[in-house]
Amino acid sequence: MSGLIKSSLARKYVMALSGLFLVIFLVLHVTINLASVISPDFFNEASHFMGYNPLVQFLMQPILIAGVIVHFVMGFVLEIQNKRARGISYVKFQGSANAPWVSRNMIYSGLVVLAFLGLHFYDFWIHEMAYKYVEVNPEDPTRYYAETVEKFAPIWRTVLYVISFVLLSLHLWHGFASSFQSMGVNNKYTPGIKKFAQAFAVVVPLAFAFIAIYHHLNPITH
Amino acid sequence: MKIYLKIWRQKDANSKGGMVDYTMDGVESDMSFLEMLDVLNEELVAKGEEPVEFDHDCREGICGTCSLMINGRPHGPDSRITVCQLHMRSFNDGDTIVIEPWRAKAFPVIKDLIVDRTAFDRIQQAGGYISVNTSGLPVDANAIPIEKDAADASFNAATCIGCGACVAACKNASAMLFTSAKVSQFALLPQGQVEAADRVMNMVRQMDLEGFGNCTNTGACEVECPKGISLENIARMNREYLSATIKG
Repeated sequence: MSGLIKSSLARKYVMALSGLFLVIFLVLHVTINLASVISPDFFNEASHFMGYNPLVQFLMQPILIAGVIVHFVMGFVLEIQNKRARGISYVKFQGSANAPWVSRNMIYSGLVVLAFLGLHFYDFWIHEMAYKYVEVNPEDPTRYYAETVEKFAPIWRTVLYVISFVLLSLHLWHGFASSFQSMGVNNKYTPGIKKFAQAFAVVVPLAFAFIAIYHHLNPITH
Repeated sequence: MKIYLKIWRQKDANSKGGMVDYTMDGVESDMSFLEMLDVLNEELVAKGEEPVEFDHDCREGICGTCSLMINGRPHGPDSRITVCQLHMRSFNDGDTIVIEPWRAKAFPVIKDLIVDRTAFDRIQQAGGYISVNTSGLPVDANAIPIEKDAADASFNAATCIGCGACVAACKNASAMLFTSAKVSQFALLPQGQVEAADRVMNMVRQMDLEGFGNCTNTGACEVECPKGISLENIARMNREYLSATIKG
């Protein structure tokens, strides 16, 4: 990918735009997830729509997966290039003196989020693909709520999800506002953008964590 | 004061270097950091040893020549100064001070603490100029009206002394603060508009060719810059580059 995108600034735009795209996706995701707490029926309807609408399945879903792949592959490429650019490491380097921890460790928060995506895909996406396209089961618009709640029954999965959301929060804390700077936006609105981005970085992962914990604590009893 | 020094010693560009320990007695708190190194060198010469090579020139904080990583920070622990403006009163009796050269693949070590910063010269040569008659004839540059904010921002960008602290501080060894300051000082002025698109494209291309890292907006460069060059310049360069790319 670095061969295709030779300019360091072009790589910066790709990271920023793919990141902003994923931020927009998070809004959609958290909104539907919140429905699972407020209205299981609406959650079922929305999930069924997302799962069977051809536009969502065959256009938006591939674009989303491409966005995720571009973002993390480019992240790895940048990390390798940046390590090489230093060459010999300092014997003593006080990174904390001039830059916050979150901004210096995006690769690690990103790696945790990527590992989480692996688990999340295993939990939901692969199950969904198998249900629809391998086992070719009939459509059942009422199954989603029960399947979701059941997933959060084991404490280990709930804990792993919550830890991942904490790291997602740290990743967003720097990444969201940073993408505006990368796209050349640094003006009188920047302090406001930073505040909004940091509020988003707290509220959205907190909502995801709340939903996971809520379903763990409120299992469906038959 | 008694000071313990750990200094990077490297015979030449091709040799393998390493940290060497020195102990200095009687260091005065009103000595500048470079004067302390001068005293160390006098002692080394008296003992028949090779003095520690380090860059310095004006010793007034305006030339950008001095370049030391001191205890893991470019130009040492104080803000908005170069090493020549750093004084030993910033340290305490018994302190250990680690002194290293700027570390970047694009800034190879020449000897000891001296690095080759000609990469910055090549970035500047790639587009950091304007092709207009600056003689004052036939049009006096001062007669061209320029908005005060733009003039101030341009002047602030032009205060970059090209010391390389931004590269040294950046965890990615990125040169975007330097390059963006040099792009901005012209991009903000009417005289710089003629070559604006070519300038940003060529300077960024040269910056990449030199092997500097990518900017990840940590902001370390802005904090460590002795002249307080702002990240706004990097955003401006990002806009200029995007606009030049779209225009083709």
